[in-house]
Amino acid sequence: MKNITYTISVYAENNVGLLNRISAIFLKRHINLESFSTSASEIPDVFRFVIVVNTDADRVRKIVQQIEKQVDVIKAFYHTDEETIFQENALYKVKSSSLFEERHIQNIIKSSHATIVTVSPEFFVIELTGFREETEKLRKDLTPYGLLQFVRSGRISVTKAKMGISEILNTFKITK
Amino acid sequence: MEIKTKKKSMTNYDNSIRISGAEAVIRCLLEEGADLVYGYPGGAIMPIYDELYKYQDKLHHVLTRHEQGAAHSAQGFARTSGKVGVAMATSGPGATNLVTGIADAQIDSTPMVCITGQVASHLLGSDAFQETDIIGISTPVTKWNYQITKASEIPEIMAKAFYIARTGRPGPVLIDITKDAQFDSLEFSYKKCNGIRSYTPTAKLSNKSIEEALELINLAKKPFVVWGQGVILGNAENELKTFLEKSGIPAAWTILGLSALPTNHPMNRGMVGMHGNYAPNILTNECDLLIAIGMRFDDRVTGDLNTYAKQAKIIHLELDPAEVNKNVVVDVALISDCKISLQELNKKIKTKVYPNWIKRFDDLDKIEYDKVIKHDLHPKKEGLTMGESIEMINKYSKNDAIIVTDVGQHQMVACRYAKFSQTKSNVTSGGLGTMGFALPAAIGAKMGAPRREVVAVIGDGGYQMTIQELGTIFQQQIAVKIVVLNNDFLGMVRQWQQLFFDKRYASTEMVNPDFVTIAKGFRIKAKRVEKRDDLETAISEMINSKEPYFLEICVEKEDNVFPMIPSGASVSDIRLE
Repeated sequence: MKNITYTISVYAENNVGLLNRISAIFLKRHINLESFSTSASEIPDVFRFVIVVNTDADRVRKIVQQIEKQVDVIKAFYHTDEETIFQENALYKVKSSSLFEERHIQNIIKSSHATIVTVSPEFFVIELTGFREETEKLRKDLTPYGLLQFVRSGRISVTKAKMGISEILNTFKITK
Repeated sequence: MEIKTKKKSMTNYDNSIRISGAEAVIRCLLEEGADLVYGYPGGAIMPIYDELYKYQDKLHHVLTRHEQGAAHSAQGFARTSGKVGVAMATSGPGATNLVTGIADAQIDSTPMVCITGQVASHLLGSDAFQETDIIGISTPVTKWNYQITKASEIPEIMAKAFYIARTGRPGPVLIDITKDAQFDSLEFSYKKCNGIRSYTPTAKLSNKSIEEALELINLAKKPFVVWGQGVILGNAENELKTFLEKSGIPAAWTILGLSALPTNHPMNRGMVGMHGNYAPNILTNECDLLIAIGMRFDDRVTGDLNTYAKQAKIIHLELDPAEVNKNVVVDVALISDCKISLQELNKKIKTKVYPNWIKRFDDLDKIEYDKVIKHDLHPKKEGLTMGESIEMINKYSKNDAIIVTDVGQHQMVACRYAKFSQTKSNVTSGGLGTMGFALPAAIGAKMGAPRREVVAVIGDGGYQMTIQELGTIFQQQIAVKIVVLNNDFLGMVRQWQQLFFDKRYASTEMVNPDFVTIAKGFRIKAKRVEKRDDLETAISEMINSKEPYFLEICVEKEDNVFPMIPSGASVSDIRLE
């Protein structure tokens, strides 16, 4: 079976140990994570994890079964890139002097559609949201001009299909 | 499934007064019907022990000699009583010593609640004395765990702990309670947990899958059932019996499914797996329909997955959705409590017989008897065998003892030859293979079923891993019968060294102490048997004893356990010699 990129979405309670519990599922199977991000979800008090892994269809199915088995997990899904809308966010810190001395750098920023977040006499920070190739291209383009710092977030994604978490929670309320 | 607990509230206290967190823990235990706790005190759990002292007429605490003993005792108790076992320990080393038992309970689905003390919350993360991150350590081996830092959290979390431990696929839960939360006070009121929104203990069975399963059963010419512990955990023994009797399908068990059906039941065709019986292993690869009930296709059961039952359609009755299509891809999955699934199947199953198919089992059984069983049970050689020792235990316990085993050759022999009349009679460490399990587990097994005869069968290696629990047995006067089958070797490892490592016996020979003297040192009656002529009298004396009793049986040093499926081989490549 071929390895491809899967995005795993987990809806869960906000429990202090849950992050550890979920990452242990990957650790136990010796699977490296491409990225991991967690945030609030559309439902109050429900958290959402977005985990990106490179693996095959059989393994991702089993991993998601194990994640969903955890007591504090409401529901877990996995999707291919085609089934999700996803983005990453990157920040670039560059010496201010290069902005004025190197005319070319202004063209790079303009053509990449990056936005300038802050400017100070010593440095300026630009931000770009997009696909991996886009943030990566800008990193390569800026490197010759003295990239002081670079950081990229984990993938965040929403699915094209409906998730139905509120329905699950409502069913619980009705039956109890 | 829900394991039965006492319905009536054990306590009638005024719920409006403020009590300490430590007292709240005890009252939660009583509310959950837990009147027995195994544990070991220490600094960070002293407030709870102080309350145990006050409540000792209602809650019996068994002081084990090591926290691992507490965990295994709680497991043994859970396995024979069907209730949730409770173990307690202090922070740091107390908590880490529980971990082996917790891991064992996790892989063998044993309901257990472990309570650990923790350093005061303001010290968390400061590397305080006896601080260890037991939540982090126990996460991969618990069904759920939680650290309580406020007294007010205790009732709700304890209720959740018991609910999670006993419902769905049972398992261990660890609750870590900081010392300040034990000292602080709270307004105590207890409400049992009856649901958690993120947790579905039992899925709703689909009618469609029942119809599909029945159709496969109707078409089958050579159907075969393999059942596991799910039958026992789901209290589905009667449903299994009805299913097998009506359908006429021969059945075999995994090691943890043992005793769910009486040994002498005509549909009971023995054990599957590495040291299982010849017929059920060979015929796994001949059947045209394999019905797996409450089992999880462990590698010790399946051997090489690429050659496992490839010719057969497979129906899987399983509670845990994560077990379905995990190791073996199935044709029909009945995802629910197997008691419910079996009841549904039993409503519509046709009465059938499979005389030719059953004859295949009989024929292969005969081969196994001639090549293996005859020599194990009726040896011609001078040295005693493990098999004849077990057979003698069967004779004097009238096939009705609870047999607790450790891990290794004696375990395989005991599971092969011990005879059972009722369920929940086999207590062993199956999935984790924990040496040292049997002696403490036998303590719990006897306390969980006090009217039953409990015989712990242990090897000389595993016995020495938790031998200190003889102290607990004497102090509590628990009338367990301890049989050590002594071959002066770590026998199973030695067997592998003989067969697969060219007889290089690296670190498997044991120069053993005088076990009888040791038992006597713990003030337990003890005897040693070296000759066949003395075996019967010794076992009869042991079974008739009303007190704890230790019997060492010196067996042949280099016997092997057969049949055997070599690791990674196919079930049909099972060896008889």
